[in-house]
Amino acid sequence: MNAPPSTSEDRQLTVDALRRAVPGLVPEDLDDLADADPLRERLELDSLDFLAFAETLAATARVRIDETDYPDLATLGSCVAFLHRRRASTP
Amino acid sequence: MAEFTMPSLGADMDEGTLLEWCVSPGDTVRRGDIMAVVDTSKAAVEVESFRDGVVDTLLVEPGTCVAVGAPMATLTEPDDTAPPAPSPAGSPKPRTVDPLPPEEHPRPAPPVRHLAHELGVDLATITGSGPGGRVTRDDVVQAGRPAAQPEPTRAAPAGGTRITPYARRLAAELGVDLVGITAPADGVVRAADVRSAAGVRRSQAPSEAPGPSKAATERHARMRATIASVMTRSAREIPHYHLTWTVDLHAVHDAMTRRNRDLPVDRRLVPAAYLLRATALAAAEVPGLNGFWSEGRLDQQSTVHLGIAVSLRGGGLVAPAIHDAATLTTDQLMSALRDVVERARRGRLRDAELRDPTITVTNLGDLGAESVHGVIYPPQVALVGFGRIVERPWAVDGLIGVRPVTTMTLAADHRATDGFVGSRFLAAIDHHLQRPEDL
Repeated sequence: MNAPPSTSEDRQLTVDALRRAVPGLVPEDLDDLADADPLRERLELDSLDFLAFAETLAATARVRIDETDYPDLATLGSCVAFLHRRRASTP
Repeated sequence: MAEFTMPSLGADMDEGTLLEWCVSPGDTVRRGDIMAVVDTSKAAVEVESFRDGVVDTLLVEPGTCVAVGAPMATLTEPDDTAPPAPSPAGSPKPRTVDPLPPEEHPRPAPPVRHLAHELGVDLATITGSGPGGRVTRDDVVQAGRPAAQPEPTRAAPAGGTRITPYARRLAAELGVDLVGITAPADGVVRAADVRSAAGVRRSQAPSEAPGPSKAATERHARMRATIASVMTRSAREIPHYHLTWTVDLHAVHDAMTRRNRDLPVDRRLVPAAYLLRATALAAAEVPGLNGFWSEGRLDQQSTVHLGIAVSLRGGGLVAPAIHDAATLTTDQLMSALRDVVERARRGRLRDAELRDPTITVTNLGDLGAESVHGVIYPPQVALVGFGRIVERPWAVDGLIGVRPVTTMTLAADHRATDGFVGSRFLAAIDHHLQRPEDL
């Protein structure tokens, strides 16, 4: 059995997905992001940005993200935790 | 001989700056093909050809500011078998290499031309293997392989690599070092080359994403000036009236949740797709709001080109059109919405999208205020606003429930319609939103 993926990888996947999905984000936006910051408000993501983010994250992390999972993508911290759980349970 | 002129991309535009030619003398173009990239105060815009023809002379150098309506290139008729006429006396000489004779082979399909551009393959150097010598996708891919790359038949300009002004500006905005870019066969680095270099760099070094630049700051200042001029004109000339209507969105919400449940993320809908669909249908149904105020009368339009107000990261907004929106399904509108918003934010809109919205929608989204009393984009006569969707107590059949609702508003031109017509229009939108299964 493989070791569970590390959370630093989950964090990197999340930040990379934001950078790729949302045109015009500057590095400082992401560098300054705290775990508890609400992503959508902090980064001013509209519903299309958020959809692009979820789409990119699902593709790069190879996990399924349902609409009911969206609340788990609210903050950087909750994204990382969600990704960690989902990647550990995804074969 | 026909002229390709600087188009007017809205009432506010007097001039534009040519950033890049996407065609060369001798190229066969069809109506709708992209001829050039032009910088307006709003955005860099891809300008399409209005007609079929063969590019004869490029009259204007990239970097030149050109008045609206002034000629930028000449085209010969597509069936013109005569060699291109010499440029008229007094007009500038073409800056590029000698014009090629008109193509003898059928011109490659647009996707093939696009691919060739992306791969830096000069189509003139390829012998087509398709019917009638037409260049196919495989031909381009083959030519694009390093080992199979044919010798370029057109020599690079003296002094080696040339960089178009647009490519230069894009490189500044994306933080790409131009020295590191290999020019395609013709020795000219274009925007596509910069973009692919930026893409490569991003994937190699994700931490080096570009920051805001001087160019972006200047663009922002120009955009503010444009918004100021258009909105001031609107406030001065248009006698606005405003209506408000609250819509229960539970039916839309339920339909959307059911629909999205089984779909991968990229095919899911957002509420805006339903709101746009309902608005497009209502605009086609209720006359008086879809069109332009022109020469003292309403110029009613039969097709709905739905303008979408897109706020840009870093400030400002543009309102490009989704064409013929009333004929699109909700799914198609969703794709069109994603496409146009993405391109608006990356600065790649088409000229027609900025020129001809017939009515505009501003959707404040999940983070916005609850309602907007908008300012109409002249010469349009109406602007529809949707506020943030919020849960509110809602009375149904004498009982109170909690429902997702949005406050819908209409700003309309009193010269064209009265509140009665405006109310019918909002009622029509509401009617459609209560029947999402039909949308």
